[in-house]
Amino acid sequence: MSATETDREAGPEPAVRCTGLHHSFGTTKAVDGVDLEIVPGEIFGLLGPNGAGKTTTIRMITTLLPLEAGAITVFGVDVTRRRMAVRRLIGYVPQQLSADGALTGRENVSLFARLFDVPRSRRADEVHRALDLVGLTGEAERPVGGYSGGMIRRLELAQALVSSPRLLVLDEPTVGLDPVARSAVWDRITEIRARTGMTVLVTTHYMDEAEQYCDRVALMHSGRIRALGTPAELEAELGPDSTLDDVFRSMTGDALQSETGGMRNVRATRRTARRLG
Amino acid sequence: MSAPLAAPPAVSADPGPVEQLRILLSRIGAMCLVELQKLRRDQSELITRAIQPALWLLIFGETFTRIHAIPTGSIPYLDYLAPGILAQSALFISIFYGIQIIWERDAGVLAKLLVTPTPRAALVAGKAFAAGLRALVQALMVLVLSAILGVGLTTNPLRLLGMVVIVILGSAFFCCFSIVIAGIVLSRDRLMGIGQAITMPLFFGSNALYPVDLMPGWLKVLSHINPLSYQVDALRGLLIGTPANLGLDFGVLVGATALAIGVASALLGRLAR
Repeated sequence: MSATETDREAGPEPAVRCTGLHHSFGTTKAVDGVDLEIVPGEIFGLLGPNGAGKTTTIRMITTLLPLEAGAITVFGVDVTRRRMAVRRLIGYVPQQLSADGALTGRENVSLFARLFDVPRSRRADEVHRALDLVGLTGEAERPVGGYSGGMIRRLELAQALVSSPRLLVLDEPTVGLDPVARSAVWDRITEIRARTGMTVLVTTHYMDEAEQYCDRVALMHSGRIRALGTPAELEAELGPDSTLDDVFRSMTGDALQSETGGMRNVRATRRTARRLG
Repeated sequence: MSAPLAAPPAVSADPGPVEQLRILLSRIGAMCLVELQKLRRDQSELITRAIQPALWLLIFGETFTRIHAIPTGSIPYLDYLAPGILAQSALFISIFYGIQIIWERDAGVLAKLLVTPTPRAALVAGKAFAAGLRALVQALMVLVLSAILGVGLTTNPLRLLGMVVIVILGSAFFCCFSIVIAGIVLSRDRLMGIGQAITMPLFFGSNALYPVDLMPGWLKVLSHINPLSYQVDALRGLLIGTPANLGLDFGVLVGATALAIGVASALLGRLAR
């Protein structure tokens, strides 16, 4: 099933629509003609190895990078022309562990409630609800410097959720986490989606996670989308007993193992690993 | 299990000028609150940062007061020096704020802040005034130390309020200046080098330690384009009552801060890419 067909079934206004996206860093084409539609309420996975163009695509959707060519709308709002309106619709969790270790969990979430103009009369309640949603109410008064990596990730989810966004954007949410923390983070994501109907756009290079938790996935390689559909559809197309990993290998020729990304990716991953201890 | 989150936001209209001003003030408030929360939890930095200005006042100030090497008229040299050291301690705090911005970029914090509905100028202004707040806490420590050493400081509340405004403005400027350099050099190491290279010339090329009249011509020119000189002139006039051009000092600091906020905002996106 194509994205357009899925969208037609779900309604006229996709959560995200990307048309003809291009972005280059110097002579390197990071994103090279991406067309994409994300259906409201789904968990959509953007998969690929380091350097595939996932993060660049996410950064264009979240208004962090200007569009060189193409167009993006988020719930019908143009990303180039109405950046502030788009930002009010988005909750964003970057790849690095970005909570402030010198503040408590509650202070970290309260800051984002203020930055998203959650009214003062509702602020304390919204902060409490966001912390409760990620299971951190009991730890809210502790400085974040003493949190584990998984707890920091859940706190960042609370920071992104406190404004009740319509689109939750997660860039490699489980990178650097141990398997228990990874599944705890994904459990929270699926629970939040089930309870709020929020659309979730997530990038990952863990195929097993995408297979288990994403409604639909797009496989990216060298700046282009090579396959798009539900994990089951993509696997069925390749043959019986195939996994997403197999699908990816068939599309890219073992890129998942051989590509390690640029120096910047390596540095970012090392920094995250250091912060996790 | 908690109640569900609030209804998701509808697509909002673009803010008008009044709404933009409210957003600016709200973001400055949010950033200042975070700064206070951090200061409340860890005061060790305030103590360690107070050592250097204390040494300047105790060693340099006391010695030069005795040897009368720098003519400061009827004012004891220590009194003349105290506002300069106050400005210096604020400068040393704010000039390295760019390093914090680069750290925030590397840690993903900057990207996360830039995806909030906050104009970049409001984000930079928020950081700048938060730096001002931190510098102000530091300035209060220098003032207390100066009073203990017998510096004849004003007790006029209006003049003290004027000092608060001048310290915050000066620190906001140097914080933005540092963010501008960060936006150009993009790396922590290079910023550290440039920060160290320019801090001392800014300090020695101002009226913080000696009157401008004693300087050679070329240094006088530099002193006149150095915002630190205007900050020191205003602080000296407000705190110890020397003749000062307060209107010009305030105007230069407001203008320089506004310009620096504008340039730093324009370069913020470059840092986030």
